[in-house]
Amino acid sequence: MLANSNLRPHYRRPLITTPFFERSQYFVETDTYVDWSGYSTPDVFSSVEQEYFAIRNSVAVFDLTPMVKYRITGADAERYLNRLITRDVSKLRVNRVAYTVWCNEAGHVIDDGTVFRFGPNEFHVCTAERQLDWFLDSALGFEVQIQEVTEDIAALAVQGPTSCATLKNMGLVGVENLKMFEMGQFQLGGHPLMVSRTGFTGDLGYELWIPADGALALWDQLMEAGRLLGIRPMGYQALDMARIEAGFILPNADFISASHTVRLGRETTPFELGLEWLVALDKGHFNGRRAIVEEKARGSKRRLLAIEIAGRKAAHGSLIYDDETSWRQVGEIKSALWSPTCKRNIALAMIDAPHFHALKEFWVDIYLHRELMWERRMERAWPVERPFFAPERRKLTPPMDR
Amino acid sequence: MSKAYDHIIIGGGHNGLVCATYLARAGRKVLVLEAAAAVGGAASTREFAPGFRVSAGAHLLNGLPADVLRELGLEAHGLRFSARQITTIALNPAGAPVTIAGNTVTGVEPRDAQAFARFARSMDAFSGVIGQLQGMRPFRITLPSWSERIAALKVGLRIRLLGKRSMRELLRIAGMNAYDLLTDNFESPLLKGALALDATLGAEFAARSPGTVLTFLLRWAGRVHAGALGIAQPAGGMGAVTQAMASAARAAGVEIRTGARVKRITVADDRASGVVLDSGETIAAASVISNADPRATFLKLLGAEYLDTDFVRRIDHFRAKGLVAKLHLALDGLPEFRGVDAAALGGRLLVCPNLDYLELAFNPSKYREVPSAPALEITVPTVRDPDLAPTGKHVLSINVMFVPYDMGDDPAGARKALLASILATLEQYAPGLGARITASELLTPSDLEREFGMAGGHWHHGALTFEQFFFTRPVPGAAQYATPLPGLYLCGAGSHPGGGVMGLAGRNAARTVLEGVN
Repeated sequence: MLANSNLRPHYRRPLITTPFFERSQYFVETDTYVDWSGYSTPDVFSSVEQEYFAIRNSVAVFDLTPMVKYRITGADAERYLNRLITRDVSKLRVNRVAYTVWCNEAGHVIDDGTVFRFGPNEFHVCTAERQLDWFLDSALGFEVQIQEVTEDIAALAVQGPTSCATLKNMGLVGVENLKMFEMGQFQLGGHPLMVSRTGFTGDLGYELWIPADGALALWDQLMEAGRLLGIRPMGYQALDMARIEAGFILPNADFISASHTVRLGRETTPFELGLEWLVALDKGHFNGRRAIVEEKARGSKRRLLAIEIAGRKAAHGSLIYDDETSWRQVGEIKSALWSPTCKRNIALAMIDAPHFHALKEFWVDIYLHRELMWERRMERAWPVERPFFAPERRKLTPPMDR
Repeated sequence: MSKAYDHIIIGGGHNGLVCATYLARAGRKVLVLEAAAAVGGAASTREFAPGFRVSAGAHLLNGLPADVLRELGLEAHGLRFSARQITTIALNPAGAPVTIAGNTVTGVEPRDAQAFARFARSMDAFSGVIGQLQGMRPFRITLPSWSERIAALKVGLRIRLLGKRSMRELLRIAGMNAYDLLTDNFESPLLKGALALDATLGAEFAARSPGTVLTFLLRWAGRVHAGALGIAQPAGGMGAVTQAMASAARAAGVEIRTGARVKRITVADDRASGVVLDSGETIAAASVISNADPRATFLKLLGAEYLDTDFVRRIDHFRAKGLVAKLHLALDGLPEFRGVDAAALGGRLLVCPNLDYLELAFNPSKYREVPSAPALEITVPTVRDPDLAPTGKHVLSINVMFVPYDMGDDPAGARKALLASILATLEQYAPGLGARITASELLTPSDLEREFGMAGGHWHHGALTFEQFFFTRPVPGAAQYATPLPGLYLCGAGSHPGGGVMGLAGRNAARTVLEGVN
């Protein structure tokens, strides 16, 4: 039944499945699917712990086909992107990838994503949310073509210490020479396969991009190649744990797109998110630049900090106070996790000015629901370095095989 | 860094000249660059046939503010009027016309005459508020400064001082359409037709469209500004007004260069730094003030890469499609209009016998078609100013409503049909007129765009409607004459309060520049 879900009228099943579904459905033991950008995707395949530890100890595979993908070409493609995003695209070399954000005229973040440079005038942009109207409106005055290619390209993230070994087993000769944020072209059973050394886990890892009709061949060969290297598919939950340890922000968790906010002041800026390193103020004009320059001069209203919290209970959605007994709220937790690898209680927290630089210590109230009873705990918290977890292996080229 | 000029003004139309003069008088070094061979833009006089001259665009001054006239000393710089307080005559195809002179109407039933006097009094009072708005820099409603809050309070106070009943009436009618307002007040089809034409002349819609009371008030407010001058005809055509303005500008120390078409605005360090001319010459200035329409200024002269997507999207959506064509006719003698004596021929002659006529004249334009029975505003400038034509000959200058910017798939055929329908209409009101025509010139909105560089051939560089008025004109982010790019300002009709030969946009812009608003 499920396998034929794409044949049903769309109004009977508004969520579609990815080209990998034909295979991946047999790995799903929990039947916990979630809606990701209109795709039905597994939240957990078997158990979140097993999947998480595959990322950190062997290799895990994540279907990221629902990532929205745009192909941007034309004589003005570089100029266009330089006006659109905050980073300097002229410094992005061919076959390189860059993480970036883009803003509206108020300097508020609309979305984050990655830019892939295929040639002087050819790019792909991967985004969390649909951006077509914004990208098209931004094209006014530029000679550029924008095409949505989300459904045309199937993609898998292959992440973990044995990920490179798996890809080598698959016959991708030279894949070990890819540096971080570099991409390479390969062939797989007659299909062009692009591999980029990118990921959302903070670990050694790659992302594999193939035309949709090559998806099943890719899945089969990958699973076979990784059989003795501990490969297993992972769902959304395990990825979320890894990305918090890596200190990566997630739209709709750590910030909300400025195109979705309704209430005044809920938008966020790159500086507030701690992403000033993405903002090339010296490259000429880009969307939001004037507002960002003003914010830089005036100071940000708040800032996303990496914090560590005493105890072992993850502080999901907790409010943050300036003192143990105080009721003066100075911020709140956006993403929280008891980190199994760091053995630390970590979180990304948005702290208001001036406390984010004035305070060396915060207090977090954590509510625990235990056997239908709420318990409240006040725990000490303090700012720490971000990322929380950054193993050497993620950068090493060529990587070790285990 | 020392710059040769404090300000470069792009475009030597009336607003550019007015802005330049106020800046130069404040001690600034100003250069005006005009693409054409002479200043004036659409406010110029042109010879359309040997010996026959006519105002190229607007043919009457409908609200040249008395302050601007006085402050610039235009009369000292040679401006003369061949007629003041011109009357409006609603032509009647069947007999006697209706005549509006100031706040008095004749040719209607006593009931309408009384109603008009009462109506005119309220419109005068409301126009005080509108006039105040037109003369000020629009305040912002998001994050206003203290001075803007005070300005907003003053407007509120002015509305409140109308008295409770009038205030309520103004707020009731402000968003209404002219059709309903006129139907509520009057019986005479001719009177209603004439007032409806005034409400929609130069607008993008007929009298049944919402917002036409606002456009009516904007026109009426011209009378408040003009004071004793009223609706006036400048001697020598509209070009005489801009010639006097240019003379005032030069006297104030402004340098004017004609035949200097600006190719683009240069940017350095996120600031307008000057212009490049078509000739390749670069001229630097501390700031650039554009009298070109907003679309041309931002998308052609500056370029989207210096602006944010949100702003460009708003500019792209700024509606500017003119609906008025201009017809110039050379006549071998004085025309005769039914029921109009020779003395009255110097007035504004309107062809719009009733409200439905206007609506039907408008309908085809929605489908890229030309009207078969157009509404007309006719002047015979040579009655008051014989020098515009050879002795004994005359000129007819006609605003034709409603002629679309896009005239369909066969524009040449549409043009021919339009000319034929205008002449047929004229023949009904002035039998025998056709035989006296020795030359003609028809300027459709697309011709006006090509001739004067106004986007869409629109008189006001963009529709004057509620959503493009005051703090949203042309668009939020550029409605206070300053633009998102530091050092770049707007001073043209695309800015508040819009077009018509008033010069208020130029004056408001000059004040903004002098106050150092970035």
